[in-house]
Amino acid sequence: MTTARRGVEIAARTAYGRLLAYLVSRSRDVMAAEDALGDAFVAALRTWPEQGMPPNPEAWLLLAARRKLIDAARRAKTRDKVVHWLETDDCTTASAAPEELTFPDERLKLLFVCAHPAIDASVHTPLMLQTILGLNAHQIGSAFLVSPTTMGQRLVRAKAKIRDAGIAFEIPEAAELPARLQAVLEAIYAVYTLGWDAVAGGDARHRGFTAEALWLARLCVDLMPEEPEAKGLLALMLFCEARAEARRTTAGAYVPLSEQDTELWSQGMVHEAEQYLRQAAAAQHIGRFQLEAAIQSAHMQRSRGQAPDWEAIVLLYEGLLQVAPTLGARVSQAAAIAAAQGFAASLQALETIPPDAVKNYQPYWALKAHLLHSLNQGTAAKTAYQRAIGLSEDAAVREFLLGRSRQLP
Amino acid sequence: MQYAILIYETEQAFGNRTDAAQAEPYWGAYQAYAGALKQAGLDTSGGILQPGHTGTTVRLKQGQRQVQDGPYADTKEQLGGFILIDVPDLDAALDWAARCPAASYGAVEVRPVLPAPAMA
Repeated sequence: MTTARRGVEIAARTAYGRLLAYLVSRSRDVMAAEDALGDAFVAALRTWPEQGMPPNPEAWLLLAARRKLIDAARRAKTRDKVVHWLETDDCTTASAAPEELTFPDERLKLLFVCAHPAIDASVHTPLMLQTILGLNAHQIGSAFLVSPTTMGQRLVRAKAKIRDAGIAFEIPEAAELPARLQAVLEAIYAVYTLGWDAVAGGDARHRGFTAEALWLARLCVDLMPEEPEAKGLLALMLFCEARAEARRTTAGAYVPLSEQDTELWSQGMVHEAEQYLRQAAAAQHIGRFQLEAAIQSAHMQRSRGQAPDWEAIVLLYEGLLQVAPTLGARVSQAAAIAAAQGFAASLQALETIPPDAVKNYQPYWALKAHLLHSLNQGTAAKTAYQRAIGLSEDAAVREFLLGRSRQLP
Repeated sequence: MQYAILIYETEQAFGNRTDAAQAEPYWGAYQAYAGALKQAGLDTSGGILQPGHTGTTVRLKQGQRQVQDGPYADTKEQLGGFILIDVPDLDAALDWAARCPAASYGAVEVRPVLPAPAMA
């Protein structure tokens, strides 16, 4: 690979989101900005190998993209205002020498545009992935398990809505902020979960998602240091990430949390997570992500040679269920009840969940099988294991459950 | 809507069906998968195919039968089975395809079934 080509790749990797967010903040047209930026990258690939890397690659790309955008808007002849705006923009006037050019980071605003309530919630996360990380519809589609065509259509529809509905390019007012910040943070967490699930076997491309999610969360914390939930989310993901090495054996077999070798947990990340969680707690405004991070923190007790305080974990889940009553939290709480109050109490908690909701929910069946197994209800356990195995997507988890199921008489 | 879940497996996976050590996890995973489909209340049918080398391919060229040993396409992954599944949309079909054991080690194709046009 030539230096110039690598230069373009690095610029694409590090600057795509920054450049796109800036261009969209001026043009209000995500699709047009993407096209213009794509053209600018192509032009860079063509000219940098011949003329050498410019002193400020980002500035070079921004100016090139801005020109393309102006050309396109002129051709369309319907967006005079945009042309005027682009041409007179302070940051990109011709008088500024390209190597000195700096421009404000508009990524956070773009995240909030993507999380606008007028845009279908199912597209919030994909839209952020595409605009901030530059992933294409094909990659996103495979992550969300929808066909690339479907994902492409949804993304195009959302971008057209941003343009045609005139969605404001700004961080919302205080009154609107909580709802939209929540959507932004949830989207980031969804990205993390995709990478987390893909840790073994799965699609190698998804593994990079964990790093991207951490990066987005750090961006939120940097840009909104006052928001405790942003810190809570970052803490939560750092706790999970700290255990990444311990989740599989070297042979790739699944290791449940209770059996993980705590020596393999990254103490550096745990420490950083604890700090963010403490800072978040100081704001005295508890939320979903802080509660989830606190639960993780309680589990981390094991690395200090102490048993986790299971009663406290059950209570934290109780709090979590108040603010975010998800199926995952209910099943996890039941799992914590097993450790705190015994298998029978856990099974009882599990059985309060409506059967329809868990018909195809793998973790429910995996926990139920484990509980029935522990309560010596062999036949029922076998059936539950079968359900859990049949609903597994992860080959290592499937193997693990098959192994457990085989231990039954 | 009806979809065909086409299961492509490698030679090794076909071998696992009869291998003393591998047969149990292999069939165990498929049995559990079939069970999960059934428990979800889905209208499914399907079939498991013998390995590709047991296939015979027939084509007529200028009225002459040309019979060839083996499957139609010689690829690393061979069609090993199929499931017809009736679900509301492609996303639901893809969810089930991802749970198919072969998705972890082979490939699973999801194709909508075209309703036969009404003939006069």
